[in-house]
Amino acid sequence: MQENLKFVAVGHVDHGKSTLIGRLLYDTNSLPPDKMDEVRLMSEESEDAPEFAFVMDHLEEERTNRVTIDTAQIFFKTARRHYTIIDAPGHKQFLKNMITGSTQAEAAVLLVDAEEGLREQTHRHAFMLRLLGIKQVMVVINKMDLVDYSKAHFDQLSEKIVARLRELDIDVKPEMIIPISARLGDNVAGRSDNLLWYEGMTLLEALDHLKSSKIAEETDLRFPVQDIYDVDGEKVLVGRVASGRIEAGQEVIFHPSGKSAVISQVKKFEEDVEEAEAGESIGLVLRDNRALKAVRRGEIACPVESSPHVSNTVVATVFWMSGQPLQKNETLDFKCATQQVPCKVKKIGERINSSSLDLIAEEAEELRETEVAKLTLKMDNYVSTDPFETIAEMGRFVLMRDNDTVAGGVLH
Amino acid sequence: MDRLDELESQSIYIIREAYYHYKKLAVLWSIGKDSTTLVWLCRKAFFGRIPFPALHIDTGYKFPQMYRFRDEYSKIWGMELYVSRNEEAIAAGMGPERKLDCCTALKTQGLKLAIAKYGFEALLLGIRRDEHGIRAKERYFSPRDEQFKWNYQDQPPELWDQYKNQAEEKTHIRVHPLLHWTEVDIWRYIQREQIPITELYFSKDGMRYRSIGCTTCCNPVESDASTVDEIIEELETTTTSERAGRAQDKENTYTMQKLRALGYM
Repeated sequence: MQENLKFVAVGHVDHGKSTLIGRLLYDTNSLPPDKMDEVRLMSEESEDAPEFAFVMDHLEEERTNRVTIDTAQIFFKTARRHYTIIDAPGHKQFLKNMITGSTQAEAAVLLVDAEEGLREQTHRHAFMLRLLGIKQVMVVINKMDLVDYSKAHFDQLSEKIVARLRELDIDVKPEMIIPISARLGDNVAGRSDNLLWYEGMTLLEALDHLKSSKIAEETDLRFPVQDIYDVDGEKVLVGRVASGRIEAGQEVIFHPSGKSAVISQVKKFEEDVEEAEAGESIGLVLRDNRALKAVRRGEIACPVESSPHVSNTVVATVFWMSGQPLQKNETLDFKCATQQVPCKVKKIGERINSSSLDLIAEEAEELRETEVAKLTLKMDNYVSTDPFETIAEMGRFVLMRDNDTVAGGVLH
Repeated sequence: MDRLDELESQSIYIIREAYYHYKKLAVLWSIGKDSTTLVWLCRKAFFGRIPFPALHIDTGYKFPQMYRFRDEYSKIWGMELYVSRNEEAIAAGMGPERKLDCCTALKTQGLKLAIAKYGFEALLLGIRRDEHGIRAKERYFSPRDEQFKWNYQDQPPELWDQYKNQAEEKTHIRVHPLLHWTEVDIWRYIQREQIPITELYFSKDGMRYRSIGCTTCCNPVESDASTVDEIIEELETTTTSERAGRAQDKENTYTMQKLRALGYM
């Protein structure tokens, strides 16, 4: 079956993400002729040369104002594999949409305008990528035509970028920094006469170099109970295996209740399965229904020898995504895997600007949109979690206020 | 797990989430290949017995083959079927000559009437991101206000499989479990699972429908593909887009956006 890689395109506003994607699709013949006609027609109606950004910016407001508001996902393929590109907006005010897009990606392409260099959102996006756990980052230095395709300029900017990303704990290999001109097509799909000094890969070749990241199977079992169904008189726990493997006959302990049980069956509709792996949506039947009295949505089935961290207090790195700031002592809903509990924000520590990384306050009374802080949360109930670096699905959460997601966070 | 297994598991997870949070739920079934695949996934999610109804918004202009397929399979699959028609508009003579007004009156309004009548809090829809640029911008759980308006300028963030839990009063949530599937993925899954599909998709007299809706506004394409295998082969090499034969996508570049902002699917 064809392999698929999902990557997100991020970077400061107007550094060329949408144009790059349009160009990529055009150069790989991934656009149907009727779509190409549409793009050409749109460009004719305005004064400038063909605008590939139109391919991604489908909302009328986006094309009229020439700004990407929300993410879109588009598909294309090379000889190696299929790709899903997630186009993220570059404006500070649409950061939450960039985050929504990034959380679905396995890798990121960070775009930097050769002439403008590192700008505010370049820094912020790089920081967010690291926070969201996206480790595979490729850097594309765009608009090389505006700096006369200068090698010296490229080398200087590359050095700055590598250094900056290293500060954020992101390791970019030198061969994964690609010079291009998206608008004119230099070094995107094919080599360019304008970049004769460049001996590295084209953008497409570099994309083919990225590794696909699958959900960890070698980690410990975590099965969050999503719901409990009655199927022909039998109680079935349904959910998706978050990590590890589960098999019939296995003994598990449900956390935070601490109840143990033996799995008698792993169920799928009209299919006999003995076991299931991370990512699979399944049903579980327990040998002894007594355990069922304690088990409800939110409980996590774990191996006997490996427990999650069970507590009613957590300290986490949180990024705030709402226009209405967070106030200390506010009550929000904490959602991690299938757990949902009310929690109180006891402390807002190390409040920082996510672009400059400047410390705004060691301890703060509030947290604003695009800022990041270490929050101490006190829950109304016990929750089960794992460090984000160990079992990602159990180490990341969102906070909700009045039923809207207002923040995301990771646990260390 | 291969790609289809991953797509399937993700969709089942979303369907089960929707059911957990919204008991007044329905699956919108247009009898096309995507919504039929969605119904199939619902059967899998609930081990054969879907605990909520299928809703068909009937404009009166659908192909007779679609009506037959609908009636046959809703019985075979033991589904509760609700059919909603905007009788008033149809009686007043609303029809395709009125172009987009017809889509709005018979489909969008038809849906509004159904929601008002049955009180649905959320609906499962089979739209996919690769069908249309506007749909590419969608969320898995997407709120619609009382007027069905889609506030695409300010959509809720969706992170890490955490979705909108509650519909505010007088609003409903559109749930899109197939967003991440492509046209080819759907056909490969149909092939693998042997999902029954209406005959309109298969070639007859050198023509077949790649996308179906009302007889009046749907155009077939030239094709000899008469089996699922042949369709997949054809899709792997085609350069035309799936919805090229659909009138509402063409009218004006932003038609789909305007329609969707008013509540269209």
